[in-house]
Amino acid sequence: MPGRSYAPTATRCVTDMDLLWQPLLLSIQLAGVTTIVLIFVATPIAWWLSQTDSSWKPLVQTTVALPIVLPPTVIGFYILIVLGPAGALGGWWVELTGSALTFSFTGLVIASCIYSLPFAVQPLTAAFESLGKQKLEAAWTLGASRMDAFFSVAVPLSIRGYLGAVVLSFAHTLGEFGVVLMVGGNIPGETRVVSIAIYDQVESLNYAAAHQLSALLLVVAFIALFAMFFVNRRWQR
Amino acid sequence: MSPGATIQLNYKLQRESFALDVNIEVPTQGITAVFGPSGAGKTTLLRCIAGLEKSAGGTSRSVQERNIGYVFQEPRLFDHLSVRANIEYGQKRRSNNGGPDFDHVIELLGLQNFLSRSPSELSGGEAQRVAIARALMSSPKFVLMDEPLASLDQARRDEILPFLDRLHVESQVPIIYVSHNIDEVCRLCDHLVVIESGRVVADGELQDVLVRMDIPALGGDQSGSVIEGIAREHDAGDDLTRLAFSGGDLWVPGRAAEEGSSLRLRIRASDVSLCRSMPEQSTILNILPAVVEAIQPGNGPSMLVRLKLGDDRIVARVTRRSIRELGLQVSDQVFAQIKSVAVRSFCIPRNAVNYL
Repeated sequence: MPGRSYAPTATRCVTDMDLLWQPLLLSIQLAGVTTIVLIFVATPIAWWLSQTDSSWKPLVQTTVALPIVLPPTVIGFYILIVLGPAGALGGWWVELTGSALTFSFTGLVIASCIYSLPFAVQPLTAAFESLGKQKLEAAWTLGASRMDAFFSVAVPLSIRGYLGAVVLSFAHTLGEFGVVLMVGGNIPGETRVVSIAIYDQVESLNYAAAHQLSALLLVVAFIALFAMFFVNRRWQR
Repeated sequence: MSPGATIQLNYKLQRESFALDVNIEVPTQGITAVFGPSGAGKTTLLRCIAGLEKSAGGTSRSVQERNIGYVFQEPRLFDHLSVRANIEYGQKRRSNNGGPDFDHVIELLGLQNFLSRSPSELSGGEAQRVAIARALMSSPKFVLMDEPLASLDQARRDEILPFLDRLHVESQVPIIYVSHNIDEVCRLCDHLVVIESGRVVADGELQDVLVRMDIPALGGDQSGSVIEGIAREHDAGDDLTRLAFSGGDLWVPGRAAEEGSSLRLRIRASDVSLCRSMPEQSTILNILPAVVEAIQPGNGPSMLVRLKLGDDRIVARVTRRSIRELGLQVSDQVFAQIKSVAVRSFCIPRNAVNYL
């Protein structure tokens, strides 16, 4: 094992800190943005799934659930094809902005949203389904429009579903590796998230740094999940 | 709204195993009971009126536009809001100006001490009172109540009934009250609509419909009648109240009402017996002259006899054998014996008496 310098220079120190904190901050940033986007995307999907009798329902359910089953490399591969400069969405993006979606933070957010979608949709769907029609009907008879009743009754009464969706999307995005590697690559400060950085460090046999990064990710994931279960318990009546 | 005004209710609904076909006029004053056995379509009718059920007939207006206050079987309170915020929910979304005053509705339903509580801290009866207040505060054009007491035990019902009595007195809006409990109907309502298998089999003023003997839902143990009168005196020694009505005087148990106030009595057919001549030395306190108006077979070995006492009518349930042995026929003069302790009395609002 290569020995570490016992008297690191100032520059060396900064690099160490960057190596440690930059990927972590990037991971949290990616997970945070993805979670926010997902709440807005997943809410209408989950609401539709919870209310509909449409024959399209199983198809939508299957599509949403696919990322749970498929290897991240498969998802990452298809996303790469679509987001790449030659792909439908990627090509349009290049025309629009002049830069490619692949190997960019924006591209990573899109990929993460697809990858973590079931983790936002499923807790919300379960919460909306358990809500039933009763309270909504009461709200309608009291003069609330459907949209008003949704925001003033359905959403607050499904708050535990939202908590579950937020924490699971966040934690799941934090832990993703395969999709990021396929779509984002390994650009420091842009796409080099913690899981990639750990892989990188292990590859270069830098176990100390890998330890630090792994421990940090472990702590963040633990805190996120613990907070969810703790709050959930307090909300239980 | 002027007395005598009515609302037209016309709804048709076809389901796989059930059809609803209702076309009635409901008075805009007082409480109209919709009575019938389970599965008769009472709830479905209310849901059609409210616009929660897609039906042929009626209007195509949305639930929100119909401006109806709906009190469901369960309170359906919003658990994330306080009692006050629940009651204000409808108030904030009123489509018309005016409407009842918050403090007045709170006082009417005795909710002064509950406003800051969470719905989860309320008993079933308290929650249902909040639900009623919430519906009233949305300033509805009329109020639908779907068996609001059905999910409560007897103690909770007794706790909430006085509030419904007050609502009966004070409500400015017509109320449609669904129930399968005839005692509740007799206590609270002024008009009665009986439905069976989705169809209206009787509809009219409470007293008139109750003494019709051709309605199976009102037969059997349910059969009976309602009369109204004025409390005249209270005998403190024996704890009985004398009530004057068109057919004479009746003694009822307890201090049923203040002297001079109106009283409604529910007289079950099985608590009325008949004599050819004025009985002497009977334990029955209430023996009144009556004329037989109709005789009809009842359940099993019983016959139902409709009697006219003054301007009021009551129903007696006696055995077929008794009818035969007494040789009873329509227009015969008889004496009706009404067991005092069996009579249930309810104080009723003055304005309802005037209206009826």
